[in-house]
Amino acid sequence: MKTVNQRAWFFVLPVLFLVAFNALVPMMTVVNYSVQETFGNNKFFWQGLDWFEQILRSERFQAALGRQFLFTGIILAIEVPLGIIIALSMPRKGFWVPVCLVLMALPMLIPWNVVGAMWNIFALPKIGMLGYFMNDVLGVNYDMTQDPLAAWITVVVMDVWHWTSLVVLLCYAGLVSIPDAYYQAAKIDGASPWAVFRYIQLPKMKTVLTIAILLRFMDSFNIYTEPFVLTGGGPGNSTTLLSIDLVKIALGQFDLGPAAAMSLIYFAITLLVSWVFYTLMTKDDQQ
Amino acid sequence: MAEITLSHLKHSYLPDPKGPEDYALKEIDVTWRDGGAYALLGPSGCGKSTLLNIISGLLTPSEGRVLFGSEDVTTLPPDRRNIAQVFQFPVIYDTMTVRQNLAFPLRNRGVDEGTIAKRVGEIAEMLDVTDMLDVRAAGLSPDNKQKISMGRGLVRDDVNAVMFDEPLTVIDPHLKWVLRSKLKELHQRVKATMIYVTHDQTEALTFADEVVVMQDGEVVQIGTPVELFERPQHTFVGHFIGSPGMNVLPCEARGDRAVFEGHDVALEGAVIGNGGDVALGVRPEHVRVAEAGIPATVTKVSDVGRHFVVEAQVGASSLKAVLEEAPPEKGSAVHLAFQPEKTRVYRDGWIATEARS
Repeated sequence: MKTVNQRAWFFVLPVLFLVAFNALVPMMTVVNYSVQETFGNNKFFWQGLDWFEQILRSERFQAALGRQFLFTGIILAIEVPLGIIIALSMPRKGFWVPVCLVLMALPMLIPWNVVGAMWNIFALPKIGMLGYFMNDVLGVNYDMTQDPLAAWITVVVMDVWHWTSLVVLLCYAGLVSIPDAYYQAAKIDGASPWAVFRYIQLPKMKTVLTIAILLRFMDSFNIYTEPFVLTGGGPGNSTTLLSIDLVKIALGQFDLGPAAAMSLIYFAITLLVSWVFYTLMTKDDQQ
Repeated sequence: MAEITLSHLKHSYLPDPKGPEDYALKEIDVTWRDGGAYALLGPSGCGKSTLLNIISGLLTPSEGRVLFGSEDVTTLPPDRRNIAQVFQFPVIYDTMTVRQNLAFPLRNRGVDEGTIAKRVGEIAEMLDVTDMLDVRAAGLSPDNKQKISMGRGLVRDDVNAVMFDEPLTVIDPHLKWVLRSKLKELHQRVKATMIYVTHDQTEALTFADEVVVMQDGEVVQIGTPVELFERPQHTFVGHFIGSPGMNVLPCEARGDRAVFEGHDVALEGAVIGNGGDVALGVRPEHVRVAEAGIPATVTKVSDVGRHFVVEAQVGASSLKAVLEEAPPEKGSAVHLAFQPEKTRVYRDGWIATEARS
């Protein structure tokens, strides 16, 4: 017979406190703000779901959300194929392996705000090397502080520079785990390089690739520091992504209620997309 | 289909081999007839996989030539040699069904769909996998996966040879036997030359018509299972094949006799050559307890089921005998007799007595 013993709960308590203080309590505070209005002095008035409705109907939010999806879409469309291509062309053994790995890891080791600052200086016309090269050597009109397209290109290129390595390293780990016999068998079966990629390398990379895409989706969807330092959301609102807009509302205008409602909507979208994506990617394995 | 000739083949993994010790594969020169079943047998690291990879074209030999029939294929890539290979760990294409796996080598060669369907059906029936044709190959058990990778080799009707690189390593013991007899049956049906690499003597001896025994990159003997057992050309063969292996005892050679621990031993024939390290070789199966002969003390008796293995001490040497009848007790003093026609002298490992005609 099993003895019922409630003492086990004591072992769970420390974790419970930890999670409560770093996730549950802040989260519930946000929920609390999202249904109230305050005019300062720590006085709150019940507002119901008004803020949610207001945010979802606002053109400003919809525009920022659109920009956010556009940005994440572009990032994934570039970084995933590029990462796979780089991983495929990296050497599998020998002296160059550690060299390549360190070179790949370097961008990821740089703090986010430093990346933003670096690219800001790099891209400024007249001052930065890139800006000078584009405008004065190539004669292309390139000014990310004035031209929305130039600003977008700079933000995208910066993110590709910063984070493609993550996809590369994960894919590379998947590739080196494929035994030689698979390649030998494919040779004997007369498989083309494309068939080798499609039927051996891609299936073997699938698990790590799923993780890579998921991480890149979440990170790029929540991105704040780098574009904030680089363009500050400008010119105009052209590179104001969701998180930048959120900070403007919360800290710039100090509209705590709408900002809290927006945070929750933002969180729900990230969670939903990640879940749908993960379910679709792993659906095959359950069959 | 073709006869396979390995002509003065040598291989070194070093770019600039100096002496024989730099060669992973020392000189081999052999011809295998079309449709035969051959085994390469030897311990790990003896060069048998190197040899296999040279035949399949995954490796280009440093010296020598590989001929399929009269065609020199030494530098041809694997896909142009029409060979098939089954690896130690089953290689299957995870995302494909069993049917797609079997069809893959044919699709890559642009065979028309009608022929593909027909061939896949035949092979599936041969391998008893017809009922799992539409299952995803990733979910199969190791023995079925290994069957599928075998099937991918056999599905082409133009294969010159099918090569097996220790294919039963990951298979459960009770299924090894099933798969091995399946292989034998397949060989009789498809009549392709089959080359089987293994370190397991049972697998080699039951599968092959002719076994190539290798040690340290060198071929020590090529022969039928019976020849390897009855007249080992090298003490390594004597020791590696058979359970327990051949007794290798110190001795002195004198004409057509050998002196072992001060006792005169009759041999199968006259001793050839001079000098070197001389040893007496006799299989435990050819040693018996007799009325007269070499006096010995029994040190250990083991009952292995079908027979008894008796260990005995003669002077400073210990040797084994396999006895069918009730063995003497441990500690008892007995006399041992060696069958003269199965007793030989080896010089530096190699056989040094003339064969009986």
